[in-house]
Amino acid sequence: MQNVKIVVTGPFNAGKTEFIRSISEIEVVSTERKISTGEEMRLKETTTVAMDFGRISVDDDLVLYLFGTPGQKRFDFMWEILSEGMLGFIVLIDSTRPETYREARGILQTFKIYAPTPYVLAANKQDCEDAWSVEDIRLALRLDPKIKLLPCVATNKESVKNVLLELLYEILGEMEKSSE
Amino acid sequence: MALKGNLRDFSVTQLFNLINLAKKTGTLTIERSSEVARVNFREGKLAYAQLSSEDNSLPAILQRSKKISHNQYQVIQSRAANMTDKELGLLLINAGYITQADILNSLQQYLISVVRRLFTWVDGFFHFDASLPPPDDRIPIRIDLENLIIEGSRQIREWEQLQEEIPSLEMSLKFADRPDANMRKLNLSVEEWRVVKFINPKNTIKQIAEATKMNDLEIRRVVFSLLQAGVVELTRPTDMPVVGIINRITTPQEREAQVSLVNRLINRIRVA
Repeated sequence: MQNVKIVVTGPFNAGKTEFIRSISEIEVVSTERKISTGEEMRLKETTTVAMDFGRISVDDDLVLYLFGTPGQKRFDFMWEILSEGMLGFIVLIDSTRPETYREARGILQTFKIYAPTPYVLAANKQDCEDAWSVEDIRLALRLDPKIKLLPCVATNKESVKNVLLELLYEILGEMEKSSE
Repeated sequence: MALKGNLRDFSVTQLFNLINLAKKTGTLTIERSSEVARVNFREGKLAYAQLSSEDNSLPAILQRSKKISHNQYQVIQSRAANMTDKELGLLLINAGYITQADILNSLQQYLISVVRRLFTWVDGFFHFDASLPPPDDRIPIRIDLENLIIEGSRQIREWEQLQEEIPSLEMSLKFADRPDANMRKLNLSVEEWRVVKFINPKNTIKQIAEATKMNDLEIRRVVFSLLQAGVVELTRPTDMPVVGIINRITTPQEREAQVSLVNRLINRIRVA
């Protein structure tokens, strides 16, 4: 049996747990705890403190695991452990909270350092009225036009599938490049 | 109870706030790598501050604030080497070279500049000794800490923002791939030019900071402004080991197996 891993990361409350929950065939193994700080408490009641863990069985020989990282900076020691040996990673961004874009950029830079694997960014909560457009988020994050930034609604399975597929296409592309 | 620890856990601004609120008298000593700072307080107000790395005698301070010329500084240093700052200050005032206000303003400017530099220190051991008064040979003054604390707090916020933008100094920099960019037209500061000289994927930001003698905050500020201007991009250092699965592929057979694996994942997710 071969296991492969994709990491879903992003700032606090970006929707990482929801993203994995939408596609995982098992109930997401989540290590959520009640939030203890005031600022975070206004946004949601629980948060991931170690990692979320979802699974997609491909066939008898292959299983894809999805790992969600805790969003807050004080858990960044986990990121290095989670990124070891991953196939690729997804940076989820809360399109409705521009104050977290800088942090998202920092997380992206950190993961690029830990593991130079393919990645895509997903602008989550695009169904919300106050969501920034993908084009505006791209400018705010100062992203290279070559980097994929995809619209996403983490509660919608088709949207999550699209993000995962785009990452897998990116991985295929990298493999082709590495053989040249 | 001893007031000691590391700036990583308790910042300079927090220390000043505590000293101000408790109206403490004594000396705060902060040590980091090769530098030592001593800051003296009297009843919660700044009385004196000095860095081990620079000349903080009265003539040097007056020369920095352009109250005396370099020649005058050298003459005073050679002829009044054994005098205390207080004695020397009186002599210069009586001789009509400078006024008392000149001395006090220059001292105030200098002490504030030392404190501002201390705000950039994010690491270093500190201890506060309530039994150690300001040095006898210096001219102590009294500066309220409130405004300095506000300034320090702003700097902490800036530090946090810069840490988010540039989370690791182990990364390297490369010039942005912009054919329209013309370096000659850029209006860079002296610090930015110093950093630009070392930009190369072989050099980490940490190494550039060491080469240019900048601390963490200073190098982050410069790198951030270069990033904002689109002049540079962050990149991996060329000698950093790689850990991704794709980078472990070494043979055509391995590549074929990995491509097949990804295609199986794609097919599975399509029907999920």
